[in-house]
Amino acid sequence: MPGNLPQDGLAAVVKRDCPTCVMAAPVLGELARRGALAVYTQDDPFFPETVSGPIDDTALDVSHRLKIEIVPTLIRFEAGREVGRTYGWDRGEWERLSGIAGLGRDLPDARPGCGAKNVEPGVIERLRVRFNETGLKSRRIMIGDGEDEHEAMFARGWSDGLPLVPPTEERVLRMLDGTSRDPQEVLGLVPPDLAAATVEKIAVNAVMAGCKPEYLPVVLAAVEAVLEEQFAMHGVLATTMFVGPVAVVNGPIRRRIGMNAKGNALGQGNRANAAIGRALQLVIRNIGGGRPQEVDRATLGNPGKYTYCFAEDEEGSSWEPLSVERGAKQGQSAVTVFAGFGLQGVVDQKSRDPESLARSFASSLKAIHSVKLAPACDAMLVVCPEHHRTFRQAGWSRARLSEELHRLCEIPGEELVAGAKGIAEGGAPSLAGTTVNKFRPGGLLIVRAGGDAGMFSGIIGGWSAGGARGSLPVTKEVRN
Amino acid sequence: MTVLLDPTSERSPTIRPRLSRPESLDGLTVGILDIAKARGDVFLHRLGERLSERGIAIKHYAKPTNTRVAPLPLRQQIAAEVNLVIEGLSD
Repeated sequence: MPGNLPQDGLAAVVKRDCPTCVMAAPVLGELARRGALAVYTQDDPFFPETVSGPIDDTALDVSHRLKIEIVPTLIRFEAGREVGRTYGWDRGEWERLSGIAGLGRDLPDARPGCGAKNVEPGVIERLRVRFNETGLKSRRIMIGDGEDEHEAMFARGWSDGLPLVPPTEERVLRMLDGTSRDPQEVLGLVPPDLAAATVEKIAVNAVMAGCKPEYLPVVLAAVEAVLEEQFAMHGVLATTMFVGPVAVVNGPIRRRIGMNAKGNALGQGNRANAAIGRALQLVIRNIGGGRPQEVDRATLGNPGKYTYCFAEDEEGSSWEPLSVERGAKQGQSAVTVFAGFGLQGVVDQKSRDPESLARSFASSLKAIHSVKLAPACDAMLVVCPEHHRTFRQAGWSRARLSEELHRLCEIPGEELVAGAKGIAEGGAPSLAGTTVNKFRPGGLLIVRAGGDAGMFSGIIGGWSAGGARGSLPVTKEVRN
Repeated sequence: MTVLLDPTSERSPTIRPRLSRPESLDGLTVGILDIAKARGDVFLHRLGERLSERGIAIKHYAKPTNTRVAPLPLRQQIAAEVNLVIEGLSD
């Protein structure tokens, strides 16, 4: 029981900023004159002037311990225990609690109160930290007063090379408000260290990446997806090839959190796109211990290993969302992860029929990794709206385009033999006389994104160990 | 004092350990840094001779004054050129 509270009598919590508290101030004065009343004031230590010696609770300690949510709150204590409480101004309730009739005759019968300061966003987290009520399990790292916290984070190796948002207890608590999941729930083991990815640890990294709390469910789904066995995150990390996880978001959460599926969707400038992809990478780095030139053996890597996340442009599309094609429910938000790298542009400003455009796409697709390698890898084709229009007008579904592209990606084996075209790279002489497809069946994902203007689609190449031998794309529904 | 939550799996200590000393100097380049304390140059020069006699590559550096930290270009040069540094800290 907080100190200074009456053993027997009334306690009121008020603030000057609340018109109902100001209105009820004369009643508080009357109650103070007629019996035991302690008035705690949240903002102005001199309010209300109708009471001699209101108690300064600008630190909000008493308010927090009494779990005040609304001001004014009137509480009755008997033998040191709370026996009744009312919120706002309600004459009947105030008379019942105080045992005094005829209170505030010139006031309306009732008026709702205002939100208490101790539960304001930003304040409640500080109080929970001060009262050691966070439940957070992560080790605390003390940064000295003379130390620059940003430099301290770099020095500890937490950064991908760019500045981080310091993961204070308050920020992590706010981040965890973005999900209803238990902070200690383990989503999986993060390679290469196979360390447990708790919701809390992911939230710490999401804070550092610059996420808002409402992005957290997407980050959690993306982490769950890359930790699925078939995604082979350890291999995606450890390979000398270019790849990292590419995350594509579908469903209503895209618009709720303001993701970009339109112009420059794969580029910079959108906080949700950037921070979600970055959080995923920081989870691999910090929880999993996956760092470049250590277990991450990439020869070149690619800029998408800072962050590679975008939303599919579902609005105005004649195709069902990628997530639905992959088994998620229509209208359900979901994340699909793909082990990919970079972007190879496909420029075609002249094709006006789907056959020509498909041939154009296929010609570019056949160049991934090397014109001499097939099957090479999985790939993600990002179709821009102006190219999509050609398929829509011709009634081509995503499945139809996928089938046509697969057919067009058949390559005569002669072209793939080592030494053919004057290139030593290639396969065995026995390929001659055969036909080889550039992709395994189902190895081509198709999404729609981009600005309304421009006949510029893109290809995100995959990992040579694509397919069941390596990394398979994974789709996970977003849970709140 | 700022308190941050550890984003890692907490498998390493919060205080970064010093780099371990090499087991051998074979194949390494040793920097010898004279911090400009009196007669430090004499001691370090002799040390350099002894290391050279053992076939170890040596590079000499000098701070302008012992009263200030080494200038950034000098620190960067040393970090880029040698594997470890020996310096004489006192008179």
